[in-house]
Amino acid sequence: MTASTHGTERISEMFARAKAEGRAAFLPYFPIGFPTLEASLDVIETMAACGVDGFEIGIPFSDPLADGPVIQAATQQSLDNGTTVQSCLNAVRTLRERGVDQPMLMMGYINPLLSYGAEAFAAAAQAAGADGLIVPDMPIEEGAVISEICARHGLALVFFLAPTSTAERVALVAQNATGFIYVVSLTGVTGARSELPEDLTKFIARVREHAKEVPLVMGFGISRPDHVQQVSQLVDGFIVGSALVKAGREGLDAVRALTETLVGATRIEQR
Amino acid sequence: MSVDSGLYINTQTTSVPDARGYYGDFGGRFVPETLIPALEELAAAYRDAMADPAFQAELEHLQRTFTGRPTPVTFARRMTEALGGAQIYIKREDLAHTGAHKINNALGQALLAKRMGKFRVVAETGAGQHGVASATACAMLGLDCHVYMGTVDMARQKPNVFRMKLMGAEVIPVESGTQTLKDAVNDAIRDWVTNVRDTFYCLGSALGPHPYPMMVRDFQSVIGTEARAQMLELTGRLPNVAIACVGGGSNAIGLFHAFREDESVDLIGVEAGGHGVLSGEHAARFGDPTMGRPGVLHGAKTFVLQNSDGQIMNTHSISAGLDYAAIGPEHAFLRQAERAYYTSATDEEAMAALQMLSTSEGIIPALESAHAVAEVIKRAPTMPKDSIILINLSGRGDKDLDTIMRTIGDA
Repeated sequence: MTASTHGTERISEMFARAKAEGRAAFLPYFPIGFPTLEASLDVIETMAACGVDGFEIGIPFSDPLADGPVIQAATQQSLDNGTTVQSCLNAVRTLRERGVDQPMLMMGYINPLLSYGAEAFAAAAQAAGADGLIVPDMPIEEGAVISEICARHGLALVFFLAPTSTAERVALVAQNATGFIYVVSLTGVTGARSELPEDLTKFIARVREHAKEVPLVMGFGISRPDHVQQVSQLVDGFIVGSALVKAGREGLDAVRALTETLVGATRIEQR
Repeated sequence: MSVDSGLYINTQTTSVPDARGYYGDFGGRFVPETLIPALEELAAAYRDAMADPAFQAELEHLQRTFTGRPTPVTFARRMTEALGGAQIYIKREDLAHTGAHKINNALGQALLAKRMGKFRVVAETGAGQHGVASATACAMLGLDCHVYMGTVDMARQKPNVFRMKLMGAEVIPVESGTQTLKDAVNDAIRDWVTNVRDTFYCLGSALGPHPYPMMVRDFQSVIGTEARAQMLELTGRLPNVAIACVGGGSNAIGLFHAFREDESVDLIGVEAGGHGVLSGEHAARFGDPTMGRPGVLHGAKTFVLQNSDGQIMNTHSISAGLDYAAIGPEHAFLRQAERAYYTSATDEEAMAALQMLSTSEGIIPALESAHAVAEVIKRAPTMPKDSIILINLSGRGDKDLDTIMRTIGDA
C-alpha cells in the first residue's frame, strides 16, 4: 500500500483500488474512547486487519443530534471516560504508529472543533495522520472557512446530501466536494435498520447527474450483508456505524466477526 | 473570540438577520443537511404568510379572542413606594391564555404549520410552558401535537405534563443526556429529521437555526409593540429602562424589539445566576467569562456554556425555563452592539423577588419572571423618582407552587 500519500490523495487511491477490484469501499465508523480508549484503538486495529478500506474516527460530543441511541450512548460513555478532542487526535497518531494505513477521516460535531480552533485542529489532524474531516452539523453554506482551512492542510472536507436535498443543493455540494460525498440513505438519525428505503435508486441517480466524478459513500441504517450488496450496486462506498459500535460493546470477537462478514459481502457480489 | 476562526463572519447589517440568518457574527444554520431544505421551505412559507393580510388578520383575531390580547400594563404602586425610586410598570404576559407569553409564538407557528399543510407538530419543552402553549394551539387548530420533555423536568413540572395530555398532546419522555431542556431539543430535532416531510417543528424560544430566531422574535414582538403604546398612553412617555428575564430569550426579544430604535430606553436582560455565577452552577451564558463563550448549539452560533473541550455544560437554575446552556443569537448580537445589557439574578434573589411581588402587588410571578423582578429591586432604588422601569412579567407562578413551597416552607 501507499503509506507515502496522505489526505485527499490517499482517499482517492482507496476508491481507485476498490473500483479496480469491482467493489464498493467499506468505511466503518467507530468513536474514540468507547468502551475505553485502549479498547477503541484495538477495535480499529482489528477492523484494519480484516481489510476494511478506510475509517471514520468519531470524536464524541455531548449533544449529538444526528445520532441515534446506540451512538449517543457510546459517545456519552466515551466522554465519561474523559475523552477529549486532543485524545482523539492522539489516537490517530497511535493508530498510524501501530501500522494502520487506511485513510482516516475524523468525524465530529462543530462545537468541539471550534473550541479547539479550526485552524489548530486541521494542522494537528494532518500531523497526526488523518486524511479528512466530516462535520454532520455543518451544511455547505456554513463551511466556507473550514473548507479553505482543510484545503490548506491537504485534508478532505466531506459534505452531506440527503434524500430531501434539492437539485440546487446537489449541484452545490457536487461542485465543492473533496474526498467524497456522504449520501444519507434516509431521513433520520444514525442507527441500524432492517430495511433500507425503496427510493434509494432514484435519489442516487439524482445525485449522479451532478456528481459524475466524485465518489459517493452511503451511510445511515446499513448493518447487514444484504444491505452491503444492495448499496454496492449504487455507490462507491458505504459506512457502517451503530452495528459495529454495538459489536464493540460486546468485544473484539464480535467486531471481528461482523467486520469479516461485511468485508466478505463487498467481495461476493457483482461477480 | 478565538472560535471565530472557523466560521463564516458576516459584516454587520442595520437590519438583522441577513438572508443567511446572521445577526452580526451570530446565528446561521448548523443542522444536518436533511433539515436544510425544510428550513428553506419554512423560511419561504413564513415570508409568504407574513405578507398575506389574511394570515395576519387571522393571527390578530385569535390573539384577541383566544389569547386575551392585549395584555394590560399594571402600575406597581406599593412596590414603587417600597423601593423608593423609579416608577415600576408591569407588562402582564402572565394574564395571557395558558399563563405565559409562550402562547404568542406557539399560536403563530401552529397557524403557519396549518397553512403549510403539516398536521403533525413536534415541540420541546423545559418548564412545560411552551409544551402547554403548543398543545393548546394545536388543540384549538386541530393539529396532532407531540412534545419532548426531559424526565427530570417532567418530575418537577407534573401539572404541566397533565395539562398537555388533557389537551390531547403526546408527551414523550427524554431519557438521554441530562434529561432536561437541551436533551428535549436534541430529541425534537431527531424526530423532525426523521419525519421532516410531514412534520412541523414548533420551537419555543428565539433559538435554533434560521429562520427560528427571527420567526419567534416576530411572533413575540407583540409584547413590546403593545407595551410601548400602553406606556405612552399611561405615562405620556417611554420608559427609561425595559427589563426581562432571558433563558433562550423569547420574551426579552419580544419586549426589546419594539424599543430597538428608542435609544433613550435601556434594554436589560436578566440571566439565571443559579447558586451564583462563581459557583459554576448557573445558566449565565454572558455572566460567566470562563464557560460562556461563542460556540454552536442546536443550530445557531451564539454564546454557549461549555467546558474547555467544547462539550456543553450542565446548567442550574431554580426556574426550569431559564435552565439552558445557550442564549438566542440576537441577544449575543445586541450585547456585542451594546444595544442591550445583561446581568443575572441568583435563585435566592429570584425567590425573594417573587415573595415581594406577591405580597406588595398581589401578583405571583413565574420563577423565570421573578429574575427580572429581582433586577428591578436592585435597580429601582438607585433611580430618580420621575424615572420609569418597564418590566415584562413573562408568566404566572402557579406552575411553580411546588418548588416555592419546598424552598420557603408554608409562607
